[in-house]
Amino acid sequence: MSKITLENLSHSYLKTQNIDADWALRNINIDWKDGGAYALLGPSGCGKTTLLNIISGLLTPTKGKVLFNDEDVTDKNPVERNIAQIFQFPVIYDTMTVYDNLAFPLKNRGISETEIKSKVEEMAEMLELTSTLHNRASGLTADGKQKISLGRGLVRSDVNVIMFDEPLTVIDPHLKWVLRSKLKELHQRISRTMIYVTHDQTEALTFADQVVVMHEGQIVQTGTPVELFEKPKHTFVGHFIGSPGMNILPCKIQNGKAMVNGNVIETENDFKNKNFTKTEIGVRPEFIKFDSSGLPVKINKVSNTGRYNVVDTECEGGKLKILSPVTSKIPSGSAFVKFDKKRTFAYGDSWIIE
Amino acid sequence: MNKTVNQKAWLFVIPVFALVAFNAIIPLMTVVNYAFQETFGSNVFTWEGTRWFQQILTSDRFHDALGRQFLFTFIILIIQIPLGIFIALTMPKEGLGVPVCLVLMSMPLLIPWNVVGAMWNIFALPDIGFLGHSLNDLGFDYNFTQQPGDAWFTTVLMDVWHWTSLVVLLAYAGLRSIQPAYYQAAEIDGASRWAIFRFIELPKMKKVLTIAILLRFMDSFMIYTEPFVLTGGGPGNATAFLSIDLVKMALGQFDLGPAAAMSLIYFLIVLLVCWVFYNLMMRNEAQS
Repeated sequence: MSKITLENLSHSYLKTQNIDADWALRNINIDWKDGGAYALLGPSGCGKTTLLNIISGLLTPTKGKVLFNDEDVTDKNPVERNIAQIFQFPVIYDTMTVYDNLAFPLKNRGISETEIKSKVEEMAEMLELTSTLHNRASGLTADGKQKISLGRGLVRSDVNVIMFDEPLTVIDPHLKWVLRSKLKELHQRISRTMIYVTHDQTEALTFADQVVVMHEGQIVQTGTPVELFEKPKHTFVGHFIGSPGMNILPCKIQNGKAMVNGNVIETENDFKNKNFTKTEIGVRPEFIKFDSSGLPVKINKVSNTGRYNVVDTECEGGKLKILSPVTSKIPSGSAFVKFDKKRTFAYGDSWIIE
Repeated sequence: MNKTVNQKAWLFVIPVFALVAFNAIIPLMTVVNYAFQETFGSNVFTWEGTRWFQQILTSDRFHDALGRQFLFTFIILIIQIPLGIFIALTMPKEGLGVPVCLVLMSMPLLIPWNVVGAMWNIFALPDIGFLGHSLNDLGFDYNFTQQPGDAWFTTVLMDVWHWTSLVVLLAYAGLRSIQPAYYQAAEIDGASRWAIFRFIELPKMKKVLTIAILLRFMDSFMIYTEPFVLTGGGPGNATAFLSIDLVKMALGQFDLGPAAAMSLIYFLIVLLVCWVFYNLMMRNEAQS
């Protein structure tokens, strides 16, 4: 068990780096508490797997340090770091039984047979693998195999951190839910630091206490699921999290106010003494209401999703999606909308203006 | 709905049937024809029943050739398979070294078989060949044209040189198909190099190795050209493997009946061993 600190971490797969895009990771700083559940969230290619492999020791970073409990482990290998990692698709040893698979990491560390037996049986019990414990591992279904991978990661009781690299990609949707609750339950039971990498916001938000959102090799925001939803610090977080994502409209800053096509948009941002090349207004579809006055919009389409209607509208600045409860009436043709002031933010060069 | 019966579709099969008939069925039936009859030319045949088969199956000459054949195949398999895997494991996985190694590895496979035999014949000659002369200079009494042990040594060495590449290329393909996550997981599980080989690489190479063993078994069991050019089956009958012995009997002595019977027995042995081996591997597969 340990806390994890990443200091000024950068990594590039190229020998020389000239532009920002040459870096897979740029200037990452993270402080993770012991026993926490964290998620790294971002689209494919944002650098989250690279970051994970650096923490586990499979990759050495080009710059910066990795610290476990304030001890520098940057140059140590995964065995020395004593970590566990579960990969995107099940990695099992085909020729071994389920039991031998689970026992393998323990055997390699010279643990006694009796201790191995009790630990493996306990783990099999937890993962509901007891009935197939002595079968060949290669005969199992995809989720059974992934359970073995999970088990091999969790069976060592002294690991510093357990890392999951999109572990539910190959699992059927209904089993995904089961395995996800299993993970959550395991985390509560063994309270070890866990890092979960995913591009699926539901997985990240349900698993983790703290979610780190990554975009183009950078961390754009770290926070609880609620913080990410209510106050995105970057337009990327706004539209990546939430379904549908945040509406982003270009705006102008005049006299300390944000303006969209001559309409003042009320926000709580402080615009004093700041200059940006690009300014935008962001508001989630949940926080827009139809009103008798405000920003004029044209209604294009209404889709009923069950609990909500998703209303596609257009104003002169761009497109706006509005979530409106199915019980409330939706005007047709043209209408006016108002944004919830507390939930509307101005962004300068994609970052929130504070 | 009634299915339309259209027998004309059979016409499409005729070209294939004709092809197979000419290159397999007719020659094989000719052999069968000879195996049960006696002929003194002029297209006059007399029925002999199973006489030639009995003669072959009880002849010491056949037993000896068969024994030599199994010994040879066993020796080259036991050398080429582990050696091929070892070379594949040490080959580079990326960079310029990959195409260089692959081309170098393919070279022996591209040389015509009789050229391989001729090359090694000259290479191993005790008086002028580089290998033969060097060995004698080093104090070994080496002469593959005179001493059966030396003839075997040279034949085996030649076959290893010629065919290990095939095993290397197949094993290398098998190794390259292993996802990096397997190695990463093994690293995290603290597996030793041996454990990685035993529990990841070997199981993942199993299918290609099955093919490698089958191909090497069949090819080495039917080997003819290279030893024919290298030693001609000699000295004496020391390296007269089944094919060489068969050709001697059929074309040297013109014993067409016994030679035909021997061909059929030979063919059935190859078929049987392949069938048994394949089924063993597949049964193993079904269990897992």
